[in-house]
Amino acid sequence: MGKMGDRLKAEYKSYRELPITPLIKAGISKFAETPWHLHGRPEVDQAKCIGCRLCWLYCPEGVIKVEDGRVEVDYARCKGCGICANECPVGAITMVLEAENPAR
Amino acid sequence: MVCAYPITPQTPIVEYIAEFIARGEMKSKYLTIEGEHSAMMATVAAASTGVRTFTATSSQGLSYMQEGLFYAAGSRLPIVMAVVNRSMGPPWTILTGHDDSIAQRDTGWMQVYCGSGQEILDTIIQAYRIAEDERVLIPIMVCFEGFVTSHCYEEVVIPDEEEVEEYLPPYRPAYKLDVEDPLILTTFAPPAHWMGYKKKHDEAMEAAKKVIMEAEEEFAERFGRRHGGLLQAYHCEDAEAVILTMGNLASTTRLVVEKLRREGFHLGLVKLRSFRPFPASELRELLGKVKAVGVLERNYSVGGFGGAVYHELRSALYGLNGPRILGFIAGMGGKDVTPSEIEAVAKKTLRAASGERIEGEVEWLLGGMA
Repeated sequence: MGKMGDRLKAEYKSYRELPITPLIKAGISKFAETPWHLHGRPEVDQAKCIGCRLCWLYCPEGVIKVEDGRVEVDYARCKGCGICANECPVGAITMVLEAENPAR
Repeated sequence: MVCAYPITPQTPIVEYIAEFIARGEMKSKYLTIEGEHSAMMATVAAASTGVRTFTATSSQGLSYMQEGLFYAAGSRLPIVMAVVNRSMGPPWTILTGHDDSIAQRDTGWMQVYCGSGQEILDTIIQAYRIAEDERVLIPIMVCFEGFVTSHCYEEVVIPDEEEVEEYLPPYRPAYKLDVEDPLILTTFAPPAHWMGYKKKHDEAMEAAKKVIMEAEEEFAERFGRRHGGLLQAYHCEDAEAVILTMGNLASTTRLVVEKLRREGFHLGLVKLRSFRPFPASELRELLGKVKAVGVLERNYSVGGFGGAVYHELRSALYGLNGPRILGFIAGMGGKDVTPSEIEAVAKKTLRAASGERIEGEVEWLLGGMA
């Protein structure tokens, strides 16, 4: 099957090296970083946060962790959709535009 | 796993297989489903788990599957499908024509055309071996005419199960969905790769020609029956004119060829079995020295200038100073094609072979409606 999982790195020198059809191991985002902060990155004001976990519940990427009342965002996998900021009932999350947006 | 949705004239296939499975005579799952698009996608899903699959359809059902046909071929899953040919409506018909499967020419499936019950059964067995071969891994349609072949009761030799199992090695999928080692299938291909996948698919289609002939040879050795593999040539060695056709029209044409040869005409017949892959080099070798070829076919590309086989044969022979090629459109929408009509086709092709100027390249055999 060739190099399943490495496919996204576009390292083939010839079409002959391609697998029979595009296949990748499931769970690729465990080892591949996908930081596409489309609408900026969510920054959390921990002082305002009431620990309700609505952001954790709504995050479609599952990249928000709440531990000991502290909200942490995995920016290496966050897509910057802004849903967490929209859902936060106390306005503790702000989408901050980045100088260089890596969105593709 | 068998998953199919009934449509005339494919229906008896679905009914019989469902019965075989219900009675425990056939070891398979049968999935009833709400339409052909789902039937193809469920077959793709089942094939992705690494099992053998079968489905069958006709006409509008086949066209309703079309998205799934590309999906199956692009996923390189060796699905076997019987296509019971029926012309596309409207005008509404349930009768035969090859226009339904020819319209799916570019989906990336192999297509074999058969003309009798025995040929269909033997080709279905061969089809698994060809499609599942690691050099190929391409789904395959086994096509045959609705009613005139599909509903014609005839004697068929059914081979022993053990013999078929010896002929057909256990299927080893190239990949499969596995909960222990999960995969994401048929994902996005970046622009740098997309055409490369198609090139590989095309090369596998070319490799299939050799595999089809190997499957034919070993089948003949084991079971004592031959159908020709890519094509069947009849009296082509000394022929000046050749009729080329597909499916059961070849049976009637064979009788016409026999009659005209007795009358002294140097006439031959090619029954083209494999339309995809198209045996271009084999046809160049076989027909390069013939003076004229008449292509008799049950399909037409409206707004083009002939049937698909006519187009492809002309492309294959272009620039080789080969035969004059005439097109004959016949037998669509269930139209009978009689021996006397085929005799007229043969005589016109023989006239072209003798150098006579023929007006018009493509003729429609409309019978009493001309």
